[in-house]
Amino acid sequence: MKKIILVILVILTFGFIYQGKTITIKGSDTIVILAQRWAEIFMKENPDIKVQVTGGGSGTGIAALINGTTDICNSSRPIKQSEIEKLKAKYNSNGIEIKIAIDGLSVYTNNANKKVNELTLEQVRKIYTGEITNWKEVGGDNAKIILYGRENNSGTYVYFKEHVLENKDFSPAMQSMPGTAAVINAIAKDKNAIGFGGAAYAKGVKDIAIKKDKNSKAYLPLKKYILTGEYPISRFLYMYTVKKPEGNVKKFIDWALSNEGQKIVEEIGYFPIRKIK
Amino acid sequence: MNLLQKKFRPVEFIIEQLIKSVSFVSFAVIILIFLFVFREALPIFSQKEKTVPKEELQTGSYGEEPTIDLQNQTSNLDNQSKNKDEATIKNLLGNEWQPVGLEPKYGLRPLFLGSLKVTFIALIIGAPLAILAAIFSSLFAPKKIKEFIKPSIELLSSFPSVVIGFFALVTLATFLQNIFGYTFRLNAFVGGIAMAIAIIPIIYTITEDALNAVPKYYSEASLALGASKWQTALFVVVPAATPGIFAALLLGFGRAFGETMIVLMATGNAALNSLNIFDPVRTLSATIGAEMAEVVFGDVHYSVLFFIGSLLFIITFIINAIAEFYVRAKLMKRFRGE
Repeated sequence: MKKIILVILVILTFGFIYQGKTITIKGSDTIVILAQRWAEIFMKENPDIKVQVTGGGSGTGIAALINGTTDICNSSRPIKQSEIEKLKAKYNSNGIEIKIAIDGLSVYTNNANKKVNELTLEQVRKIYTGEITNWKEVGGDNAKIILYGRENNSGTYVYFKEHVLENKDFSPAMQSMPGTAAVINAIAKDKNAIGFGGAAYAKGVKDIAIKKDKNSKAYLPLKKYILTGEYPISRFLYMYTVKKPEGNVKKFIDWALSNEGQKIVEEIGYFPIRKIK
Repeated sequence: MNLLQKKFRPVEFIIEQLIKSVSFVSFAVIILIFLFVFREALPIFSQKEKTVPKEELQTGSYGEEPTIDLQNQTSNLDNQSKNKDEATIKNLLGNEWQPVGLEPKYGLRPLFLGSLKVTFIALIIGAPLAILAAIFSSLFAPKKIKEFIKPSIELLSSFPSVVIGFFALVTLATFLQNIFGYTFRLNAFVGGIAMAIAIIPIIYTITEDALNAVPKYYSEASLALGASKWQTALFVVVPAATPGIFAALLLGFGRAFGETMIVLMATGNAALNSLNIFDPVRTLSATIGAEMAEVVFGDVHYSVLFFIGSLLFIITFIINAIAEFYVRAKLMKRFRGE
């Protein structure tokens, strides 16, 4: 009997020690694959630190950060003023923003859409606000444009609305899909479709080259153009912490921003925040 | 000693009370869920005082600044003081659902319309199939066939709704578009058909129960009077079971109205204000399912989503309550001949 109690005690103590070294990361579903990959490799190199990654969405992650249930939160959108206010009220800190990677947003069409290969930002805006509804207005066949997009709370949606639509409302006819993979899937099956999402996802659909304006050159969402900023629709991916990172959290973030961590960013299909030496 | 008097047994008493309280737990859970959902929705009813726009708060930063300069990254949309972010009655009754923007619009009308559209399509397609199947298996089918049909339809109800939704999204949508040739691949019609798959088992099971509950002497008397088998079924047994069939329809309606995953995947989720069944729709439940994860907690948008949740809860609760209490009581009354 005594032995059993002793064993339980030992397990409990180890459990607590173990827990003390756990880093929890929560947030954006866009970043979750990357964070998990980071966690795996980081844990292999630092067996005494446990990193726990969960998704749920940027909003969920930031809420968890405010409630103190996560150490780091992933977000595919910049933190909002109302959220900073809450952080400040609770911790007297505005939070720390860490840019961890770059994500190029691509505009896709079906592979069968041979005529339309490039669009200007203005055309994309007009298509998504509902001013242009037929492919022939942008040089394609005479067919209705079927709009696909992301749910209105995804970081991708917000980014697109701000930076491509210039804060105009999306046409109500846009069909919102749960996740970029679902957007791709829908476009691959619909020959008159157009959609947007992470450049890393474009399999089985066609990327559209984007022009800043009528006179500039059109660029495909390729690494070289995204890193020079010539491709006009790309954004940062973020991590947030309450206070300046310390201890294991610092170790993890420093590692994620190191050359090694940034190489993994590329393997996943996003882009590093700086050129890797 | 009086042998008839019940001896007080403390252990038995405790166990009795325990069992009693367990049966109340589910009731308590329902009440609590409603209270908590409604509590989160409350802020939209109490207009908060407008806070004076504060100075812009900046987060600190960590790590080196990226060498790549992406143009115009700041979020101009959220950081401007939203002067019109209110969920007034007028806003809630509006025609547009654009909850993210400089002037968020929380019009619930297109969502409501969407839910009703999908639900009715599902009922129109699913209900006749389910009721006819129930009539067949309860009144006509030989025992062997019945033993095969009943479990297989009931097996359908154990299908996770994600699976049905996925099937609709990948296979059904393309198939139907090829037949009907409409513009939008995902629409209310596809969602409605997928939903019909989900509600057929419910309607079938309850209709079958109702038909079986009709006393044997009804049909025996009818057959003895010379009515044929289908005359008996159609003019005696089915009319006797109508309240039960009605209950089945209501429960099917409740399920379809609250179902989330199927509509989220198969209907295209565009909040259009149209009556065309081949247009994409966005339902109340799918809106919650899609937006809850990313919303700013405690925001107006968040409260509106919980308000939609309360609405769904109230609607399905009322419908299920009618089905359970009113209709069943009526059915029982009829058969007891009171």
